Amino acid sequence: MTTERTLDLHISSSPHIRDSRSVPHIMRDVVLALIPAMIAGFIFFGIRSLMLIASAVIAAVVTEYVISEKLLKRSNAIGDWSAVITGILVAMNMPVAAPIWMAALGSAFAIAVAKWTFGGLGNNFINPALAGRAFLMASFPAQMTGTIFSQSGLFGKVPSPLCGMDAVVTSASATAWGGADALSGATPLAALPNLISSGANIQDTLLPLFWGNVGGCIGETSAIAILIGAIFLLGRRVIGFTIPVIYVATVFILALFFSGVEGASPLSSDAATVALFHILSGGLLFGAVFMATDMVTSPITIKGQAIFALGCGVLTFVIRKFGGYPEGVSYSILLMNLVTPLIDRYVSPRVYGTGKK
Amino acid sequence: MAKKFTFSAGIHPPHGKKQTEAEPLIGFPTPQKVSIPMAMHIGAPAKAIVKKGDIVVAGQCIGEPSGFVSVPVFASISGEVTAITEVFHPMGQMVPAVEISSNGSEETVTLEPILNWREQSPSDLINRIRDCGVVGRGGASFPTHVKLSPPQDKKIDTLIINGAECEPYLTADHRVMLERTLEFVTGSLITQHILGVEKTYIAIEKNKPDAIAAVKKMLESIGDKKISVIALETKYPQGGEKQLIQAITKRQVPSGKLPMDAGCVVTNVGTAHSIYKAVAHGVPLYRRVVTVTGKSVHKPGNYIIPVGTSIREILEYAETDLSTIKKVLMGGPMMGLALASLDVPIVKSTSGLLVLETTTPAEQEYNCINCGACVQACAIHLIPSHFSKLVKRQKYEECEQKNILDCIECGSCSYVCPSKINLVHYIKLGKNRIAAAKRAQSLRKDGQ
Repeated sequence: MTTERTLDLHISSSPHIRDSRSVPHIMRDVVLALIPAMIAGFIFFGIRSLMLIASAVIAAVVTEYVISEKLLKRSNAIGDWSAVITGILVAMNMPVAAPIWMAALGSAFAIAVAKWTFGGLGNNFINPALAGRAFLMASFPAQMTGTIFSQSGLFGKVPSPLCGMDAVVTSASATAWGGADALSGATPLAALPNLISSGANIQDTLLPLFWGNVGGCIGETSAIAILIGAIFLLGRRVIGFTIPVIYVATVFILALFFSGVEGASPLSSDAATVALFHILSGGLLFGAVFMATDMVTSPITIKGQAIFALGCGVLTFVIRKFGGYPEGVSYSILLMNLVTPLIDRYVSPRVYGTGKK
Repeated sequence: MAKKFTFSAGIHPPHGKKQTEAEPLIGFPTPQKVSIPMAMHIGAPAKAIVKKGDIVVAGQCIGEPSGFVSVPVFASISGEVTAITEVFHPMGQMVPAVEISSNGSEETVTLEPILNWREQSPSDLINRIRDCGVVGRGGASFPTHVKLSPPQDKKIDTLIINGAECEPYLTADHRVMLERTLEFVTGSLITQHILGVEKTYIAIEKNKPDAIAAVKKMLESIGDKKISVIALETKYPQGGEKQLIQAITKRQVPSGKLPMDAGCVVTNVGTAHSIYKAVAHGVPLYRRVVTVTGKSVHKPGNYIIPVGTSIREILEYAETDLSTIKKVLMGGPMMGLALASLDVPIVKSTSGLLVLETTTPAEQEYNCINCGACVQACAIHLIPSHFSKLVKRQKYEECEQKNILDCIECGSCSYVCPSKINLVHYIKLGKNRIAAAKRAQSLRKDGQ
C-alpha cells in the first residue's frame, strides 16, 4: 500500500453528519399541504381559482428570480420553494372574482417589498403573503372584498350559502342553499350579525362551512381541505400543534363568552353554535394552519409561540367583533408578526442547570 | 408502563453501529514504532524521564506527572527510545512525545496487583489509579484520580457508570461490556468502594439489549444490592454527563458546575475497565479499545491498540481504501475530530476512528428560518440559532448572558438545522472568544 500518498482530508468542526431534511424539503411539504385547499378552491370556485394561483405563483417566482439572481447575484433563492408558497398563499387569500393581474401584482409586492427589502427568506419580519394581501386590500378594496362570484364551480354551481344567508336575512323563509348563476353579497362572517339578530338557524350553516360551499377567499372556503393539509404538516413535523391549536381555541373560547346571542350563557348550545361558526368561517383555519405557522415570522420557542397564538386569537376576535372589517385574521397575524422579535428576545426556555427563566 | 430514563429534547441520528457491533475485541499487532504524546489528559503534561537510546518495556513509566491534575505516561510497546521529539497531537497543536521503536519483544511490566481491594483505603486505591495513568474515556481525558477525589464539602451519593455510548458508529464500550463484563463491573465496584456511595447505576442505552442482559446477569451473580442496571432510552446525547444525571436522578448539574455539585460522579465503562486493570492487575493504561469503522474500511472492528500507534498504520491494517475517503474522524460523527493528517498517534481518549466518503457538511447554508428545530433538539435548552447570529455580529457578551458557556457541543442543533447552518461551529467560536477576553482581562488585572 502506498504510504507516501498525500491525502486531501476535509476538515470541519463537528458534527460530521446531518439530517437530510432541509429548507427546500420543508417548503415543498407546505406546497403539498396546500394542494387539498387548492382542489377545494377549484371545486367550489372553478378554473378561475387555479388561474389566479398560477398567475400569483409565476409572478412570485419571477420576482424572486430577478431580485436574487439578477440584481443580487445569489444562486439559491428559487430552489428553496418559498416563493412558490408565497404565490399560492397570496392567491388563496383573494376572492375568486379578483382580476388575474391583481394576483400577480400582490405576490410581486410580497416578494419584492415584504421579503427582499429585508434580505430574503429568513430576514423578513412579516409574512410576505399577508403583506401582499394587505397591500391589495388597501389598494383595491372593492375588488378584494367585493366577493363577486361570477364563475361557475365544478358542478355548475356557485358557492351558495351566501345566497342562503341573504335569503335567511331577507326573508325568514330560507330558500334552498345554492344554485344561482351569479351572486354578490356578504361573506359568512359579514352576514353573522344579521343571522344572529334575525334569529335564523345558524346550525344549518355549519356543515356547508365545513365542506366549503360558502363564499370567501379561495383558500379559506373548505375547513376539511385545510384540516387535511394541517394533519399532513403536523405529521411531517413542519408545524407544531402550539400555534394552530391555541389560535383557534382562543377564538372559540372568546366566541363562547361573547357570542352576541341574547341571553345565551357561554355553555349554551346557541353560544357553541356561534363559536363553531367563528372557527369554521372566514380565514381563521387557513390562517392558523398556513399563515400564523410561518416559521420565519413566528417565535422560535414553544412558549413564545403560545403567546403569539394567543395574541393572534384575541386580536382576530376583537377585530371581528368590534372592528370595521368583518374579518381580522390577516391583520392579527401581521400585528403579531411585528411582536415576534420582541417575544423571541424575552421568552426563552429554562436553561438546564440554571433554575432561572 | 415502565419508567423511562431519559432527558428532554435530543435527537435520533442513525446509529451506524451495525458494521462493528458484532466484531469481538481483537488484539492489534505490535507496531514497529509508536509516538507517545506526553499530553493526553486535561492538565499539566507529563515530563519525559527517558532519553534517546534507553531500552523500555511495555508498561514502563516514561513520563512523570507534573502536578496534581496530571498523570504518568507509559511505554506501550517494548523497544528502544529512538527520539524525544514533538508530534502533532490529534487536537492540532505540537506536543512533546517519546518515540519508541519495537525490538520485537512482547515483554511487559506491571505494578504489584492489589487483590484485596475491599480492605484498602480509598486513598491507596486512588493513588494506584493515578500511578497507572488512568484518565476518563468519555473524550475529555480528565484524570480519573482527580474525579475520584472530590473536596470534603461535596457529598457524593451516586455513581453512574456510563455505558450509553450514544455516539453513532462507536461500539468499543459495547464490546467491553459484553466481553469484559466481570472486569468492568469489578472496576465499578472498586469505584463505588472508593467513593463510598449508596447507589451505583450502570447506564446502558436500550439499543444494546445484549449488553444490558449480560451486565444484569453478572450483577445477579455478584449480589451487591447497591449496584444496578438502568436501561436508558436510545437518544442522542443520552451519554452526556448532564443528560445521564438528569435521566437517572432527576437532578440537574448547576450551570457552570461539575457533576459532583449534583452529588454524582459519572465515569465511563472503559474507565471502569482501566480502574480494574490498574488495581487488580497493576496494569497501567497504555492500550485501549478503538472502533475502526466506515464504508471504506474492509476489516472494520474493535481493536485493542497500543497508545501512540499511528492512525495511518491502523487504517492500513484495517484494510481501508484510502483512495475513496474524504474525511477521517477521531471519535464518532457527532462530536469527533476531523483529522488533518493520518500521521498522528492515537491517544488514551481515542474511542474510534471513522472514515467518511463525503465532505459533510458540504451542503449550502440557507438563512436561518427561525424554525426552532435547534431549540427543540438542544438538551441544555438553549436557543442555538441566536448564538450563530450573535457570534456573526461579534456580540459575545450577549452570548454569555444567554448561557452560551453551558453548551456541551453535542452537535444536535447542527444536525437538525434545515438551513444547514453549522451552529456548533459558531458556538465554539463564541466560547473561544469569551475565554480569550477573560484571559486578557485577568492579565490586565495582574499587570496593575
